[in-house]
Amino acid sequence: MTTISETNAAPRKNDGSNLPKRPIYLDYQATTPTDPRVVEAMMPYFFEKFGNPHSRNHEHGWEAEEAVEKARLQVAEVIAADEREIVFTSGATESNNLAIAGVARFYKDKRNHIITLQTEHKCVLDTCRHLEMEGFTVTYLPVKKDGLVDLDVLKNAITDKTVLVSVMGANNEIGVIQPLAAIGEMCRARGVLFHTDCAQAYGKIPLDVNAMKIDLMSISGHKIYGPKGIGALYVRRKPRIRLVPLIHGGGQERGFRSGTLPTPLCVGLGAAAEICKKEMVAETKKLTALRDRFYKSVTDRLPEVFLNGDFENRLPGNLNISFAYVEGEGLMMGIKDLSVSSGSACTSASLEPSYVLRALGVSEELAHTSLRVGFGRFTTEDEVDYAADRIVEAVQKLRAMSPLWEMAQEGIDISKIKWAAH
Amino acid sequence: MAYSEKLIDHYEHPRNVGSLDKNDDNVGTGLVGAPACGDVMKLQIKVSPEGIIEDAKFKTFGCGSAIASSSLVTEWVKGKTLDEAATIKNTQIAQHLALPPVKIHCSVLAEDAIKAAISDYKAKHGTAKAAE
Repeated sequence: MTTISETNAAPRKNDGSNLPKRPIYLDYQATTPTDPRVVEAMMPYFFEKFGNPHSRNHEHGWEAEEAVEKARLQVAEVIAADEREIVFTSGATESNNLAIAGVARFYKDKRNHIITLQTEHKCVLDTCRHLEMEGFTVTYLPVKKDGLVDLDVLKNAITDKTVLVSVMGANNEIGVIQPLAAIGEMCRARGVLFHTDCAQAYGKIPLDVNAMKIDLMSISGHKIYGPKGIGALYVRRKPRIRLVPLIHGGGQERGFRSGTLPTPLCVGLGAAAEICKKEMVAETKKLTALRDRFYKSVTDRLPEVFLNGDFENRLPGNLNISFAYVEGEGLMMGIKDLSVSSGSACTSASLEPSYVLRALGVSEELAHTSLRVGFGRFTTEDEVDYAADRIVEAVQKLRAMSPLWEMAQEGIDISKIKWAAH
Repeated sequence: MAYSEKLIDHYEHPRNVGSLDKNDDNVGTGLVGAPACGDVMKLQIKVSPEGIIEDAKFKTFGCGSAIASSSLVTEWVKGKTLDEAATIKNTQIAQHLALPPVKIHCSVLAEDAIKAAISDYKAKHGTAKAAE
């Protein structure tokens, strides 16, 4: 632990007197560092206990199997599931593919309609697009201005042909938390399976698969201070959910996912899950305080700053803010000692601004000015204060050279100008 | 994405940021791009009675490449005649700043901004000369 606080948490005074320092990491929705306690738990499984957990005939296999099964239990306990309901995968992308395509293909003779949200992660949307090509019907529901699904709209979208509703737990860009229990209730009443992509929510907010009537849940390792390359899919046993597997082979993971389990990664996911469960209350309190401190510091000093997504139903470590009249990538270049991410077009090859923000009805102009700031386990108060100062400085400097800011100050309505699209 | 030193220098120390009086007869203003596309450039030139661009100012809403491209062209147009300034090509801007392919449109916009400023100036003076 000391190594982390020494290397990562020192406040940066911008006097240039010290050696070059690493940028402050404020992108915890992209990925998280692996907790040193997790790394420690994983270490023995690379060399000493390297056995194949599926080898049934010797000690090496047994000790690896024991470790994997312990991890399975640790993963299950965070969401009040049975360990036999946890399928290890390579990550949330695979889990989402397996859940959605697996259910759709298994039940296709009875029902062929899937419902999801326009703000889902690309791996959910892209899986759905592929299923459309296979002949399935998919409804991509809009969300409200606050990023939340309208339950009445969802209710009306469900038909006798609907096999699956897939709604994410918390959004990766705007952090808004969907009303999972209400959705689960609605789906169960209509005999529709409910899948939720909880890559961002798992381990961060209380989740209970039974209370929330969740049938399938995708889980990611590297979003919860575990290693990259591992995830899990919760698959309900009672009543039993069936899936057509994506990966064929030796029939591991109850036939849902063949392939030798990566013992160290499974152990890492388990250890990360256990820490999340144990520290969730304290961590939520800490992150909420940091986030609110940052938000207040920035909004107290800058006018025309807009929060994207609901504030109340939101991951404790997420902010997504539009700084009007300042383009996101231009802003990021001015805060190079902060690792944050932008919803602006310019960061991606597509040149289109964030489809999530567009789905909220955020104008393209404002979508181009957005910044996602993510706080996490190793974020300190000093880092938050420093980051807020740097962002305020950069926004002020860039507004001073923004023709749009100048026009706004002169009272010119920018939306009335006939711009030439290019 | 790694940016060239020249580009970063123009971003961090932009030249000629500011505004000239757009109602001044000797000032031509070009406003190009669109907020929805994430780039807007305003380029202004002040032209001497001899037809030489004696001052240039810009303001840009956009990414670092857009800011650097517009900063660069304010330097390039100064001291040039209108005809000379009109020959500045986006490829020269892109080459000078070593813009990555995805940012070429920023240099195109900067070239458009010069042309728009020149034509604004000419429009003002076309009418002025006709009146003489």
